[in-house]
Amino acid sequence: MNDSIQRLHAAAARLVRPVKFMEVCGTHTMSAFRSGLHSLMPANVTLLSGPGCPVCVTSQGDIDQLIDVARKPGVILCTYGDMIRVVGSAGSLEQARADGADVRVLYSSLDAVKLAAENPSRQVVFAAVGFETTTPASAAAVLHADKLFLSNFTILTSHKMVMPAMRALLSADDLQVDGFLCPGHVAVILGAAAFDPIASEYHKPCVIAGFEGAQIATALARLTEMMADGICRLENFYSQAVTEKGNVAAQELVARIFRPDASYWRGLALLPDSGLVLREQYRRYDARLRFQLGQPINREISGCLCGDVITGRATPADCRLFGSACTPARAIGPCMVSSEGTCQAWFKYKRVANRPSPSPRPSPGVPGEGEKFSAAAERNA
Amino acid sequence: MCLAVPARLVECRDDSAVADLHGNRVNISTMLLPTAKIGDWVLLHAGFAIQLISEQEAQETFGVISDLRAASGGAP
Repeated sequence: MNDSIQRLHAAAARLVRPVKFMEVCGTHTMSAFRSGLHSLMPANVTLLSGPGCPVCVTSQGDIDQLIDVARKPGVILCTYGDMIRVVGSAGSLEQARADGADVRVLYSSLDAVKLAAENPSRQVVFAAVGFETTTPASAAAVLHADKLFLSNFTILTSHKMVMPAMRALLSADDLQVDGFLCPGHVAVILGAAAFDPIASEYHKPCVIAGFEGAQIATALARLTEMMADGICRLENFYSQAVTEKGNVAAQELVARIFRPDASYWRGLALLPDSGLVLREQYRRYDARLRFQLGQPINREISGCLCGDVITGRATPADCRLFGSACTPARAIGPCMVSSEGTCQAWFKYKRVANRPSPSPRPSPGVPGEGEKFSAAAERNA
Repeated sequence: MCLAVPARLVECRDDSAVADLHGNRVNISTMLLPTAKIGDWVLLHAGFAIQLISEQEAQETFGVISDLRAASGGAP
């Protein structure tokens, strides 16, 4: 990592103005903090966390619908673990489960299909959340359920696509983003070429990066070099896994089951063609139709700045709730709930530096120190 | 949620496989990677193999993942 840091500092010394880069991947967020990268960076280079955590960008209305469905009699709600503690208007999935709802945490979407086949008298709903990496899994589940003629399987989809969000950020007048660290595993599916418009249309340098601290540092060094040299290009620094065209089988499967549609993002509001909905011939697997859920209503959480944090407009330290009312043990906003969220990363790794006052609500027997505090929260998850 | 993990395929049939994931045997789907065969290292995401990788890349990735798992409690 030392070489990359040196290279980054050498390039930064040639910059004529401070620059801000953004990553759009929850794993990059965590890895950058975990490796201490932020503290090693030159003062004139900033790494912002963008809308890369799927849990964090999911709108409040979608979260509320998920919890509403979980509470319906006869429903088995299946979700990836990340969503279980996200707080909606009326509690979380975890609280719904405590109240008697049948909420199951699964590793694979196909396990939900299996559950539906094994429980014909129950309605199995899969929470289809996430970016391009998880979308093929949801598409596969729908296809599999269709092959089995299952009438008791549906998905509640809030799938989103990364590029429309990046375009929205690049088009925002009030935001300075000089270059992007593109998400590695999304690029495995989409292919490197999918990110080319950032350079060719928006004239910003971008680098597809792996997940090690050193890989992120190298990518940042390269971005800084491109800024210093006035180059706007897409470069693939994760070619071990990312090809030019990506995983074509996954892309075809997604295109067969889903079509693009407008989607509501926390922090970015409604973006055209940024989400995915089931195609007409698969609409019978849409939980919104099956349970007549209607349009989600987005009630924002009072005082929560997650929307601004996701778009790089605010840091967690700007939020009144951060570290006091909102902690990993008792999270209010999704960026604190998610293990990939910016607020949780700050709480764990940066809180002391940015907010010296201790949490005013220490739990008995639990030291008010970030790592232990949140570890306790995760055990409860 | 978007973190894929390396695994080695130890059994393959049709579009499913058994993968060795850090010593655990897990049933996975290879429908997104139809060319996968026994012995291949793959990136595994939410029960699906999504990309072939080299053994060296797999070993390097293990280091990052154990680090992140320790930090974040491990999401799919």
